[in-house]
Amino acid sequence: MTATTISKAPESSPGRAGRLRHAVADAWVLTGWELLHWRRNPGAVLGAVAFPLIMAVMFGFVFGSAMNVPGGGDYREFLMPGMFGQTMAMGVVTTVSVMAISATRGLTDRYRSMPMSALGPVAGRACADMVSSAIELTLMMACGLLIGWRVHNGPGPALAAAGLLLLLRFSLIWVGVWLGLRLSPEAATTAWMPMFPLTMLASTFVSPAQLPAPLRVIAEWNPLSATVTACRELFGNPGSPGGSWPAAHALELALAWPLLITAIFLPLAVRRYRRLDR
Amino acid sequence: MSHFDSLESFNPHTKERSVRSFAIEAEGLRKRYGDTHALAGFDLAVREGTVCGLLGPNGAGKTTAVRVLTTLLRADGGLARVAGFDVAREAASVRRRIGLAGQHPTVDDVLTGRENLVRWARLYRLGPRDARRRADELLERFGLVEAAAKRAKHYSGGMRRRLDLAAALILAPGVLFLDEPTTGLDPRSRSEVWSAVRDLVAGGTTVLLTTQYLEEADRLAHQIAVLDHGRVIADDTPDRLKARLGGARIEVVLSEGADLAAAGSVVARVSSGPAETDAAARRITAPVRDAAEAIAETARALREHGVAAEELAARRPTLDEVFLTLTGRPAVPDGPPDGPPDAPDAPPGTAGRARSGRPGNDGRDVTASADGGAAA
Repeated sequence: MTATTISKAPESSPGRAGRLRHAVADAWVLTGWELLHWRRNPGAVLGAVAFPLIMAVMFGFVFGSAMNVPGGGDYREFLMPGMFGQTMAMGVVTTVSVMAISATRGLTDRYRSMPMSALGPVAGRACADMVSSAIELTLMMACGLLIGWRVHNGPGPALAAAGLLLLLRFSLIWVGVWLGLRLSPEAATTAWMPMFPLTMLASTFVSPAQLPAPLRVIAEWNPLSATVTACRELFGNPGSPGGSWPAAHALELALAWPLLITAIFLPLAVRRYRRLDR
Repeated sequence: MSHFDSLESFNPHTKERSVRSFAIEAEGLRKRYGDTHALAGFDLAVREGTVCGLLGPNGAGKTTAVRVLTTLLRADGGLARVAGFDVAREAASVRRRIGLAGQHPTVDDVLTGRENLVRWARLYRLGPRDARRRADELLERFGLVEAAAKRAKHYSGGMRRRLDLAAALILAPGVLFLDEPTTGLDPRSRSEVWSAVRDLVAGGTTVLLTTQYLEEADRLAHQIAVLDHGRVIADDTPDRLKARLGGARIEVVLSEGADLAAAGSVVARVSSGPAETDAAARRITAPVRDAAEAIAETARALREHGVAAEELAARRPTLDEVFLTLTGRPAVPDGPPDGPPDAPDAPPGTAGRARSGRPGNDGRDVTASADGGAAA
């Protein structure tokens, strides 16, 4: 009963195409594993969106009446794209802590002692995070509709906006993997502390034009601002650009920033993983 | 002493370039972290189908050695072959032939035991059907069939370790690495894991296990390598190693107010080496040749001298005593031990075990304090 089904592992080392196929296969198994978690524990997904929803309700209804939307319009309509963007950006905290915990609990070691693709675990993390972010975003949008947020430009631009939001999340995954492989789990759990203010120093809750000068520059050039502003345009939500160059080119920047972040951090993350044996 | 020279000539006609005699060979492995030499010329050779116990306190380099041998860590210098392949240059071939169960079981609590194994089998690239079949084979082999459909969070510590062990055996590896496989387990779970390891070895698997407990190495291993500061300072069969260390020890704990000096001279007559006296604990420890004989003689002589003893027991040397004998200094771990198991059960062969005085004080006396507190 022992060695009946196990003579499958190929000996010769696969070529480039074979390695890619292995990486995809490993990532597929790991993503399925993660999805099974959510099926068993749907509360975890709800937990992930609970905080941004509370924020949305607090800002939308508590502070909303005192908020000025640049160019006029409903604050809650202005706010929701900001909340979507913040949720995507804060997702990096999940990536960081999962990577850090996997490393200390021996999971990463287990993977690395196996004849798995060197990219498999990292790619699996990325796929799983993308799927979970897509679910979170869908839930957030549904809740947005309930509290008065609307899509004015039809489904095409709305889908494009969702794509931009997920693109930002995708680029930040690599920042998260890279950091998660460098930080202890204790340090990883504090990753939200610098992230949270960074997501506020953007066009998330207010227009950068309303901020004092030094903060305004940071907020205007914040990659999150580009994504959020571009989404407002695509959804047809209020919050017209304050005339600054980054605000006027939000759509271009919403593509350029994530691509730049990915171009820098994806190689760093993969390199870091490959050098865990140093 | 080069293992490699003798090995290459072992069987020139062998098809696999591996040499069939040693499953693990390491020579002069070095690894440095800053100023710490985690491995400082680590040599080891483990024959196929045997168990080697790598024994040492925390910080001796056990885990680093396992990490190098399992391709997780690149050594700064030296050579290592596992299953005949160079761990540095042929890591992929090594990984196909080894299994690793680390200090922390990689069991997913949310999944059932069976689902856990199927996932691991899929990551070893078995097809869905083969993965399920292999999972069932392993569940049966590790006595987990009844618990297969239960979520792993309901498993006992021993069941989790066995599930983790099963996951490391998906591809039926020829060489299995176990890093402190029973640390933190209760005695019953520990013997479950031990018997699982014994079954594997009976099937021809080579096992390298690290442990802080001499008793564990003694029970499972054909060969014990004692590690200190990244170097193997003793490498022998358990019996020969114990003979070198003076075999068994007896331990006498006197009742309050009993004559310590009189007891000391009684023990000195039966012991085969210098006795240690801990006046505060009223405890005398001494190496003896024949534990049963020594116990009987001590009990008789103590009664004759009217010295009341609370406990009189034979036990194996602790890791601390091993270190004291081998290095002339106690084992000083770099950090606190990672959850030493409580009161291990009595090792076999410590035949003589008598007790006078208070009955019912069970557990602690036989392998007194596996964490080495007794000798401190």
